[in-house]
Parts: sequence; structure tokens; C-alpha cells
Amino acid sequence: MSTQPASTSINPFDENRETDYLRAKKGLMSWLVTVDHKRLGVMYGLAVLFFFLIAGLLAILLRTELFTPDQDFMSAQTYNQVFTLHGAIMVFLFIIPSVPAAMGNFLLPLMLGAKDVAFPRLNLLSFYIYSVASVFFIAALLNGGLDTGWTFYTPYSTQSGTAVVTATAGAFIAGFSSILTGLNFIVTVHKMRAPGMTWNRMPLFVWAIYATAVIQVLATPVLAITLLLIIIERVLGIGIFDPAMGGDPVLFQHFFWFYSHPAVYIMILPGFGIISELITVHSRKHIFGYKAIALSSVAIAVISFLVWGHHLFVSGQSELVGILFSFLTFAVGVPTAIKVFSWIATLYRGSIVYNTSMWYAMAFLWTFSVGGLTGLPLSTLAIDVHLHDTYFVVAHFHYVMVGGTVVAFIGGIHHWWGKITGKMFNETAGKIGCLLVFIGFNVTFMTQFFLGHQGMPRRYYAYLPEYQTMHQVSTVGSWILAAGLFWIMIYLIASLFNKSRAPANPWGGVSLEWHTQSPPIEHNFHETPHVHGSPYDFPEIDKSAGFHAPH
Amino acid sequence: MSQAHDHAHGDDDHNPFLAHHFDTMGQQAGAAKLGMWLFLATEILMFSGLFLAYFITRMFYPEMVLEAHEHLSKIHGGVNTIVLLTSSYTMAMCVRSAQTSNTAGIKRWLLLTMGCGGIFMFVKYLEYSAKFEHGMLPGKYYSAHLHGYEIDGLPHIFFGVYFMMTGLHGFHVLIGLAVMTWIYIRANRGDFSASNYAAVENTGLYWHLVDLVWIFLFPLLYLVK
Amino acid sequence: MIFLPESNPGTPPMSDSPWSLLPAASANAQSLDNLYIFCWSLIAVGLVAAIGAQIYFMLKYKKPAHGHNKTSPLTHSGKLEFWWSAIPTVGFVILFAWGEIDYMKQVTPPADAIDVRITGQKWFWTAEYPDVPGAQLNNQLIVPVGRPMRLTMTSTDVIHSFFIPVFRLKKDVVPGRYTVMWFEAIKEGEYPLFCTEYCGDQHSGMIGKVLVVSADKYLEILKEAARLEFDPAKGDKTMADFGKRVYDARGCATCHSLDGSAKTGPSFKGVYGKTESIIGGSTITVEDNYIRESVLEPNAKVVQGFSPQMPSFAGQLDDKQITALIEFIKAQK
Ligand code: HEA
Ligand code: HEA
Ligand code: HEC
Ligand code: CUA
Ligand SMILES: [Cu+2]
Repeated sequence: MSTQPASTSINPFDENRETDYLRAKKGLMSWLVTVDHKRLGVMYGLAVLFFFLIAGLLAILLRTELFTPDQDFMSAQTYNQVFTLHGAIMVFLFIIPSVPAAMGNFLLPLMLGAKDVAFPRLNLLSFYIYSVASVFFIAALLNGGLDTGWTFYTPYSTQSGTAVVTATAGAFIAGFSSILTGLNFIVTVHKMRAPGMTWNRMPLFVWAIYATAVIQVLATPVLAITLLLIIIERVLGIGIFDPAMGGDPVLFQHFFWFYSHPAVYIMILPGFGIISELITVHSRKHIFGYKAIALSSVAIAVISFLVWGHHLFVSGQSELVGILFSFLTFAVGVPTAIKVFSWIATLYRGSIVYNTSMWYAMAFLWTFSVGGLTGLPLSTLAIDVHLHDTYFVVAHFHYVMVGGTVVAFIGGIHHWWGKITGKMFNETAGKIGCLLVFIGFNVTFMTQFFLGHQGMPRRYYAYLPEYQTMHQVSTVGSWILAAGLFWIMIYLIASLFNKSRAPANPWGGVSLEWHTQSPPIEHNFHETPHVHGSPYDFPEIDKSAGFHAPH
Repeated sequence: MSQAHDHAHGDDDHNPFLAHHFDTMGQQAGAAKLGMWLFLATEILMFSGLFLAYFITRMFYPEMVLEAHEHLSKIHGGVNTIVLLTSSYTMAMCVRSAQTSNTAGIKRWLLLTMGCGGIFMFVKYLEYSAKFEHGMLPGKYYSAHLHGYEIDGLPHIFFGVYFMMTGLHGFHVLIGLAVMTWIYIRANRGDFSASNYAAVENTGLYWHLVDLVWIFLFPLLYLVK
Repeated sequence: MIFLPESNPGTPPMSDSPWSLLPAASANAQSLDNLYIFCWSLIAVGLVAAIGAQIYFMLKYKKPAHGHNKTSPLTHSGKLEFWWSAIPTVGFVILFAWGEIDYMKQVTPPADAIDVRITGQKWFWTAEYPDVPGAQLNNQLIVPVGRPMRLTMTSTDVIHSFFIPVFRLKKDVVPGRYTVMWFEAIKEGEYPLFCTEYCGDQHSGMIGKVLVVSADKYLEILKEAARLEFDPAKGDKTMADFGKRVYDARGCATCHSLDGSAKTGPSFKGVYGKTESIIGGSTITVEDNYIRESVLEPNAKVVQGFSPQMPSFAGQLDDKQITALIEFIKAQK
């Protein structure tokens, strides 16, 4: 069908625009009891960014302590609590809910042409469950901290004198929020698609969120039971994990990674979804390999359940098991490679617009590829024996989590900022921010690959002097990174005070969220939209040369 | 890609139980049912973690498990199995009544189901008190040897697993009872009919799951041999 | 280098410059380095192919100053998709297989290896040599060049991990079970050894050194290092001097400082004769018998403000050594 993004959009300067979802109801109460998926998305967004800020500041403290090899301003105990809380808050309160709960909530119904998610009240409940979880974490912080590492390995975690029960209870509760959100999204995708929105016409962001939701629903219950087992182990001393009582401490690691490995794809798949959207819209081209990208998300989701043992190569698990896990881990690389190549192929013969969100997408291709590719030495058995639990691993997972998910998330925030807030930010400021983040990030974590290879173990508050130079470069990088992020926060907040309003469709997108005004009205669309074609059918595409969008 | 379109209005568009964001009752019920099935899947996965812990314990300490399980009451467990199976039947009848708009039937069968749940919890209470008395407690509280019961090996692990599994299951029974109370209140209000019975059906599904888990727990814990 | 304060005194540097790569001091490390180079070449090829294409397209297909170019109608291409799945798969399979082969070598100790027992404990390592009766070293491993060694390791408390970077080897040390690691050193020298599984407060302090010595002198050096007796030849003038050597050798330093700062345990500075309050209410004066008890049965009386973390040294220290420790602690005014 023909596409007229310009004509279907509402005139940006139309003073008669309707009351949007932000202004539909007034007062704090109207936010606290809202069941509107857009408001919940915004609330999640604020909450996760708050925890990103807290955990990020903890990271800066860590890096600053590591500026010299000796103890500087933190005792060993403090350092251990700081890195534990940094990791645990980043994982459980920031990155897992970040893209799915914040952007997913906001965008999923809009992209599907629905009025809301399938269970709006359940959605509100998930938010409150998340809030309770964060209260637990804060309580743990005030009540003696937590010093087990975010992995809670037994038997250390059953013996540590810190607030392990409070913190694991927090993670346990956060898990339920994640399960309910995932469940809600799966049902939404199955049941709430607008007429004509076939599975093959769903935007790739929706596919990504869908695959994520499947992992959330299938993996998180296992985490829940694992954390419950730790709590019970501590309170009652059951003895399944504690070797002193006849248990097996490595068993815990299996339980933990059975969830936490799939969880790393909970973290990255939504980021992939964002990148697919950014690259197509800004290169004005149909995505390359729609089906391959959509199905590779599903393939990743499935394989991700079979590779957890790659975190246990040196734990003393049997050799055969190690070999099997190593093999399966490589298998995840293939669908991921397909995605990366498809994005790059999408650029081919495009008409690429370089605005801030596209800058982030381009930065992502580098940072994520480096992160993903450094997963390869880690999955190679013999090499992981050397690299395990060194800074190489730290660098690997920051490249995928920060360079992957966080970069995609910030890019997504810029892409949909006008849609969410109704205001546009300053493009030059945006590019400066992106550059600072990109440089700061690479300086911080590239050095850590070298450190890791040279044998620098992780979770060390003091280290041998020979590692100092690299650590100092890394610390300086983290300051640049922090400066970039604060810069972004400042100009985004400033943009809220702009007089001019964002147009409905500033980038000429085709998917449904661009077909309603910015910010959208409370019920998203006046009439249920009917869908006739691909979400990537841009007017710039040269149709004369035989264009066949998948139907 | 899209055009604003006046879509056909369904007949049941004005059903008072239709939430604003759904187009038809069918869509709403379908969503509720899919949601419930997914929820049940998460429940099964959660219990499967405990089953795994159970099997690992059994693999590590086969003799101890054999010996310790002799101290569980087959009578209590057996009675509870029969009670729960019966309650699954009464629950199915309750859903049937809802499908045929038989409010009196819903209420009657619901009360019977809740009665069974009550009996189950009472028997559980008897069983637990006996265990407490004999010091057959989980983990570090285990003290059966002080009460004259000698079990070789590490029985505290077995009783830990036993209490965790039956405890989590009992907790689910309690939640089921609470949900049924709420369904009863709504049935009393006349909320349910052949065109709106998704809530009753989902409660039924949940209750069957609780039953199902018990069907696995009973032989694994009480009838190891 | 800007500043270089002394930290963790006694631990040798890995190599002379922070920029040089890690020396390879075992047979495993040498063969692993080849695999490592292969792996990085593969990564470099993948990265250059992907990012190179990206940058080329980014420059080439930039939007013109006004309006837009017509863009390609291409939506997929089975052939391309096949190749870019197949080629990485081949690379992955080679990498996997090579890694597997090397790994099997790493985990299969030869029959004639020399046995060593390693015990990890918060926060120090103990190495015992069954072939040399009584030889017990703390935070030190003495190894002959060119002879395979098999370490059988366990922990008495939480999980630790035994890591020797120059050998490219590590293995978790798990309470309640034994794990095995073996290697054959090929280069004499002193190298660091780390704990790489987080194990609490002084995880970063759980480091030591590996001394690779010539095979001829191995036994001699080992016996000498393991001999912890009063010995004027090693600079012992008084019992307190000998106590200092016991203090260093047995890892007391991980928890007890000499400068007054509290680490995991109270500092030894000025502790002798001090009156301490004990958890549970009573007070006690630190004198000879109390120190002896603290060493042999540390959790009998726990000083206020500390947790019962100190391991017992019963069986590891003989009377002379304990007496020397007492003299040494007395001397810390
Ligand atoms: C977002 C999170 C995320 C993602 C996406 C990944 C992705 C991958 N990870 Fe990572 N990982 C973590 C987060 C993540 N990881 C975390 C948090 C830890 C540590 C936790 C802890 O201990 O605290 C960890 C640890 C970890 C380990 C354990 C290391 C150890 O402790 O010893 C291993 C080992 O196999 C591993 C492997 C991989 C692999 C193979 C991928 C693959 O999915 C990557 C696939 C991607 C690519 C392969 C790149 C793209 C492809 C191309 C550009 C094509 C060209 C390629 C060729 C031609 C070769 N990861
Ligand atoms: C999502 C996950 C995530 C993220 C984003 C980060 C971000 C960062 N991490 Fe972290 N990290 C982990 C997950 C993450 N980390 C985990 C799981 C561990 C392992 C823990 C363990 O061992 O148990 C770890 C461990 C870890 C270590 C190793 C500690 C050790 O082993 O001793 C280090 C050291 O350098 C580090 C550094 C950093 C730095 C400098 C950042 C920087 O990127 C942070 C920058 C952020 C800020 C400075 C905040 C600024 C934010 C704002 C101003 C608000 C933003 C608002 C808008 C943009 C709108 N991290
Ligand atoms: C794992 C850490 C650790 C190691 C290693 C350790 N200690 Fe301790 N030590 C402690 C702690 C914690 C306390 C305080 C709690 C207590 O009294 O048990 C303590 C207390 C003491 C005390 C009593 C001090 C006082 O102020 O009352 C003495 C004496 C002592 N240790 C001697 C030694 C000697 C000698 C060694 C080495 C052979 C040693 N310790 C090794 C942790 C350690
Ligand atoms: Cu021992 Cu870390
Ligand atoms: Cu993993």
C-alpha cells in the first residue's frame, strides 16, 4: 500500500491538538493509580534512570578507588559492598526492566495499534512490585550493605554477615515484576494486534520484546526459586548448598546461571529491537532480512537456555559437560552474527540521515560487536581457563551491557523523545553527548581487556602496581563517560522547557506509533488502525526496481 | 501503512464486563486464558526448581532419603491426595455451572471445593504438628535424634526439602482459598454467566495446577520405594 | 609511569613493563598463546569485515544535502544470508575444536606428576608436599622446571580459585570436594599467584608467589623454604626476629597489620598487655596464654568489634613457633 507519513501525521503547529496522555488527568494521584501503559512506561523510565544514576555513581567511586594500587579512600569491606551493589542494582533494578518495562510499555501497544496492553491493572501491579523490590534493595543498603557479588555464590552468601536475605528478597520480588511484565506482553502481542497486523508486519522492536518476554516468563521463575533457596538456606540451614552440612556449593551456580545466562539476553534483545528500528528509519530503507532478524531473536531465546555452563568452566564441573556448553555457546554467535550483518546490509544504498539517534545506532554496531566477539575467547574452553574472573570478563560484559543495551537505550530515548515528551532536544548537544559517551566508554573498558589478559583478577580493591597504568587510563575514561551521561541528562531535561512542540512524525517513520500525535492521546488512536503493509515501507524506496516487502 | 477505519462493532460491545481496551468479549476471554496458561507455566517452572533439588538430594543420599521418608505419614498424605482429587472434580463442576449460567451451582460447587481445601490444610496441620513434635524439622533445627528417632546420614536435608516443597504447595492452597472466596463474593453479586466466566475458569485452572503438583509430591515424598 | 607505591610487598611483578604481554612460563601457556593468536585473528577478520563495511556504507550512502536519494528496494537475499551464517559457523567450529583439544590437555595430568596439596582458606594458601615430609608453605609454591606437577586442591571455608597467570591456568578450590590442576613450568623465575573467586574482605590480599627453580636445586630449595626454625643464618638474632618470619610465612599479615590499622583482625601494634573486651561481656588482658589460645582455638574468645573469622592454626604451628610469635607480638610496641 502507499505510505503517506506526512499526510497522516497531525500538523505539528496545530493549536487544536487534543489533550495528550500527559495532560489528560492532573495531579500526583492520577499518576500513582494510572493504568495507561504510556504513563507506566514513563514512570518505569524515571525509576530505572534513577537507579542507573545511583549504580553509575557507585561505579565511579569504584573506578576512583582503583586509581592507585593501594587502598585509598575505601576499606576492603566498603569496596566489596560498592561493587556488589553496583552490579546488583544495575542488573536487577536497571538493565532488566530498562528497555522492556520503560520503552516496551510505552511503545508496544502503540506499535501494535492497540489501546493498551492486555492487562493494564496487572501492569500497574508490576510497577508496584518493582517499587517494593527497590525498597528492599535500599533497605539492604542501609542495613549493613551486601558483599557477595551480584552472583550470590554459596557458601559465601550463606555465611556473609551482610544483609543477604534482604537483598535476595529484593531480587526475588523484582523477578515477579519481570515475570508479570513478560506475561502481559506475550498476551498483548498475541491478542491485541490491530486488524491487518499480521506477525510478519510487526515492527522488529515488537518481535524483540516478544522474544524477551518469552525468556522472562520461562527463566525468571527459576531465579525466584533459587533465591528462595538461598534465603531458606540462611534462615533454616537446609544444607543443600552448604558443604559443611552435606550440600553442594556448585549446585547453586547451576541454578543461578540457568536463569542469569538467559537473563543476559533479556538485557540485550530489546536493545537489538531498538537498533533495528533506528537503522531502518534513518537510512530510509526497508530492513534487510526482516524474517532472519525476527526469527534469530527467537533462536537466541531458545539456545540461551542451553549454555549456562559456560560460566562454570573452571568450577570443577565434568569435562564433558564443559565441552558441550562450549559448543552450544558458539551456536548463539550465529544468529547474533546474522543480525549484525543484516543491520549493516540495511545501510547499503540507503539515504542515511545522521541525527543523534543514528549516531547511537552506529556506535552500537562497534561496541556491541566488540563485546560479542570477545565472548568468543570466553566460550573457547582452554582460553576461558585463563580469562575467567579477570578484568577481561568485566570488559566483555560492559561492552555488551553498556556498549550494547545502554547505548541502544539512550539512542531509543532520543529517537522517541518527541513522541514521549512532545519536545525536541538540541541535535548538536545530542551529538556532543554521543561522542563523549563513545570515547569515554571505549577508553574505560578497552583497557580492561588488556588488564584481564595480563591476569588482573576482578573484585580486587587493591592490586599489583604493574597494573596501575591501565587502571588509571580506565578510570579517566570512566570520568569522561560520566561527564557525557550527565551532559545528556542536562540537555534532555532542558528540552522539556522548550516552547516548540515535537511533530507527530519527526523522522518520517512508518510504524504505527508515528501515526498518532506527539505525545499520543490517552487512548492512542481515535479509531483502531487497519494495517496494510510492512512497517518499513518508506516513500524513498525505489519501487520501480521490484520491491517485495514481506507480507 | 495504515488508515483510520471504522471497525465493525460487535454485539457484545456493550457488555458491562468488557474492559475499554478490548474490542470483543471473545478477545478479552482469550487474553485472560492465555495469560493464565502462561502464569501456570511459570508456576510449574518454579516448582520444577524444587523438584530438581529433590532429585539431586535423592541422587546424593539415596539411603538417607529412603530411610527418612518412612517417617512421613502415608495416611495423612493419602487422605490429602483423595481430598485434592475430589476438589478438582468439584472445581470442574463449578466451571461447568458458570458456563451454563447456573449461579447457584457455581456457589455450591465452590463451597465444596473450598471445603476440600480446608480439609487439606487441616490434615496438613496435623501432619506438621506431628513432625514438629518429633523434632523432624528442616536444616539446623532438625532434632529428631533427641526424640529417639535415629535416621542415618543427613536427614536434615530431606526434611528441609520436604518442608520447602509441601510448604510452598500449602501456600498455593491458601492462595487458592483466598481467590475462591473472592470468586464466591462475585458469584453472589451475579457477575458470572455463559458470556462472562473467564475468572471462574482461570481459578479452576489454577486449582487443577495445585492438585497436579500434589500428585507429583505425594509419590515422590511419601512413596519413595 | 606516574606513581608507583609499594603495595602487596613481596609479590613479584608479572613482567617488567605494563605494556608487554604476559610471559608464558608453562608448556600450556605456550600452546595456548597460539590458540589465542588464532582466536584474535578470527575476531579481527570478523570485526574488520563488519565494521569496515559499515563505515564504507556510512560514508557512501549519506543523505544528499537536499531531499533524499531513491533507496534500494532490497529486502533480503538468501545467498548472502547463507554465506554470512556459514562462514562464521566454520570459524566457530574450528575455534571450538581447538579449544577443546587444548582443554583436554589441560585437564589430563600425566601419571608421573609430582603431587602437591593445596588448601585455600580465608585468606591464604597452604601448599603441602606429600613427598617431602613436613614441607608446608604458605602463599608460596615451589616448582621445578620441566617436571609436571599435579595440585589437588580443596578449601576449608568458601570457594576460592587458584590462578597462575603466567601458566594461563586457574581452577576453583571448593570446600567439600577436591579439584585438580596440573602444569609443567618451563621458565625459571618468580611469578604472582592470585585468588580469583571472590571470597570476602581480603580476597585481593589472597595472593602469593610461584617460585620456578631448576630441577636439580628444587628439593633443596623446597626443604630450606619449608624449614621454619630459629636460624641465625636467616637473620634471626632474637626469638622475635624468628617470630616475624613465622608471621610472614603463615599468612598472619593478611589479617593483622603492624601499623595499628585494623584489618580483618586487630592490629598487633601495642596489643600485648592491652585489655580487650570480649564478645559476651568479659574483658581480658592480652598475655602469653591468651595469644596461644587465640592461635590454637581462635573462636573461644572473640574480640569486640571483630567477627570470628580467624582459622585455627592447631597442627600447623609447633610450640617453638608459637613462642616466637608471642615474642614477636610483644615486640610490637
Ligand atoms: C547483554 C549481556 C550479554 C550478552 C549479549 C553476552 C553475549 C555473549 N557472551 Fe557474555 N556475559 C555477560 C553478558 C552478556 N554476554 C555477563 C554479564 C557475563 C559475566 C557475569 C559475571 O560473571 O558477573 C558474561 C560472561 C560470559 C562468559 C563467562 C566468562 C567467564 O566468567 O569466564 C562467556 C563464556 O562463554 C560469555 C560468552 C558470551 C557469548 C559467546 C556471547 C554471544 O551471544 C555473543 C554473540 C555476538 C557476536 C559473536 C558478535 C557479532 C558477530 C559479528 C560481528 C560477526 C562476525 C563474527 C565472526 C566472523 C567470528 N559471556
Ligand atoms: C547494566 C549493567 C552495568 C552498567 C551500565 C555498568 C556501568 C559501569 N560499570 Fe559495571 N558492573 C556490572 C554491570 C554494569 N556496570 C556488573 C554486573 C558488575 C559485576 C559486579 C560483581 O562483580 O558482582 C560490574 C562491575 C564493574 C567493575 C568491576 C569491579 C570489580 O570487579 O572490582 C567496574 C570497574 O571498573 C565497573 C565499572 C563500571 C563503570 C565505570 C560503568 C559506567 O558505565 C557507569 C556510568 C554511569 C554513570 C556515571 C551514571 C550517570 C547517569 C546519569 C547521569 C543518568 C543518565 C540519564 C540519562 C542518560 C537520561 N563495573
Ligand atoms: C583470616 C584472618 C586471620 C588470620 C589469617 C589470622 N588471624 Fe588472628 N585474628 C583474626 C580475627 C578476625 C581476630 C579477632 C577475633 C577473635 O579474637 O577471634 C583475631 C585475633 C587474634 C588474636 C587476639 C588479638 C586480640 O587483640 O585479642 C591474636 C593474638 C591473633 N589473632 C594471632 C594470630 C596469629 C599469630 C596468626 C598467624 C599465625 C593469625 N592471628 C592469623 C583473624 C585472623
Ligand atoms: Cu580466596 Cu578470593
Ligand atoms: Cu552467559
